[in-house]
Amino acid sequence: MSHPTMKEVLFNPVFANNPIALQILGICSALAVTSNLNTALVMSIALTLVTAFSNLFISMIRLHIPSSIRMIVQMVIIASLVILVDQVLRAYAFNIAKQLSVFVGLIITNCIVMGRAEGFAMQNPPLLSFLDGIGNGLGYSAMLLLLGVIRELFGAGKLFGIDIIPLVKDGGWYQPNGLLLLPPSAFFLIGLIIWALRQWRRNQIEPAAFTLAHQVSDKEGI
Amino acid sequence: MSTKHESTTRTLLVALVVSLVSSVFVAGSAVVLKPIQLENRLIDKQRNILSIAGIGKPDLSSKEVKDLFASSIKARVVDLQTGEYTDAFDPLTFDPLKASKDPKLSAALPLAQDIALIKRRERYATVYMVEHDGKLDSLVLPVRGYGLWSTLFGFMAVKSDLKTVIGFGFYQHAETPGLGGEVDNPKWKALWPGKVLFDASGKPAIRIVKGNVDPSNPNAAYQVDALAGATLTSNGVDRLLQFWLGEQGFGPYLAKLRAQGA
Repeated sequence: MSHPTMKEVLFNPVFANNPIALQILGICSALAVTSNLNTALVMSIALTLVTAFSNLFISMIRLHIPSSIRMIVQMVIIASLVILVDQVLRAYAFNIAKQLSVFVGLIITNCIVMGRAEGFAMQNPPLLSFLDGIGNGLGYSAMLLLLGVIRELFGAGKLFGIDIIPLVKDGGWYQPNGLLLLPPSAFFLIGLIIWALRQWRRNQIEPAAFTLAHQVSDKEGI
Repeated sequence: MSTKHESTTRTLLVALVVSLVSSVFVAGSAVVLKPIQLENRLIDKQRNILSIAGIGKPDLSSKEVKDLFASSIKARVVDLQTGEYTDAFDPLTFDPLKASKDPKLSAALPLAQDIALIKRRERYATVYMVEHDGKLDSLVLPVRGYGLWSTLFGFMAVKSDLKTVIGFGFYQHAETPGLGGEVDNPKWKALWPGKVLFDASGKPAIRIVKGNVDPSNPNAAYQVDALAGATLTSNGVDRLLQFWLGEQGFGPYLAKLRAQGA
């Protein structure tokens, strides 16, 4: 394994190796918490902190973890950090904690955190692992905030709860697209973003896993 | 990996140390942050009481909520059996939920009476009053009961005639988001104001019915449309209202208030 530089681990996950767009991880929470920017932002910060610190702690003790229980040790550390974040949110951001409800707890099962712990922190020194956690958190955050901006702006005419586009019901001209406030819209948006990203950086296009066989007879479907 | 790391003793030791350190952090954070979280929950409850009673704006800061609550709402503890006020408890610190678990302050409900599925009912409950020139303006009653997955905790605010709804809503529940969770939907909550809880003889008459309520129906004032796709939550809400408005709930207290001509 070649040695990645600090700059690489920090910024590569934003566009070149985005955890959502390229690795297709963490989709579930990206659908659930992005209907407005407030929750998207808090979720991004929470996930970035958890990934960074779980990477840091796991990397610090990586040489002492017996491989037979390494997954469960990673899980214990991640789960503890998530509970810590949840407790802090409930104390200092009660309303947002109420809106995020189970999704903070579900960071535990977010594949990005586990993936970085197993895939990076177990092989790399603490500082680099910490930065890798921040970097992947930034990649996740970039995607969440982009989704949050699109969904809140065109779904409710607002950003951070402040009116931006005057809505028809308040005497303005914009008829909001209600679909954008529902989770499936994030699915479509993520698909479009992945397509746009791969048009821009064509090396992200995966080779086809198989090719369709030629049609051999015009009665195949009968 | 060297074999030294893989021995059973070593594995157990690492598991133990990691668990210990993690549990210290988790327990520590829970203990240190608990007072702030409790304060948040109290303010959230007060904010809900204010909003259901229709006082103040929805976006008040925590401090404004506390001040407004202190200046406009009078809390009293009521003995549910006799319907009398009692001064045995401080209404600000009395916790009905805790009392419902204390054998001295509560009694188990027989199955036939326990329509709201709360198992035990405390003997005392806190009611919240909004007064105007010394006269009752509105009354906020705490209600709770089991829906589909969880106990729903809420408040019912009535006008000084003790039967017309000002507002009704829940501040804590864990029903399915999008289905039973729609009890929080402002559109559904907007169906409640103006509904009448009791019929002419003083019996609880409010019902949750399936389908739109036909305004020409003579019982329309007693009926509220159920939540679509959430029959069990709707049934739970219906039953918890029957319970808390009935003889086992605030019935005796409300009867006494009516007799006093409030």
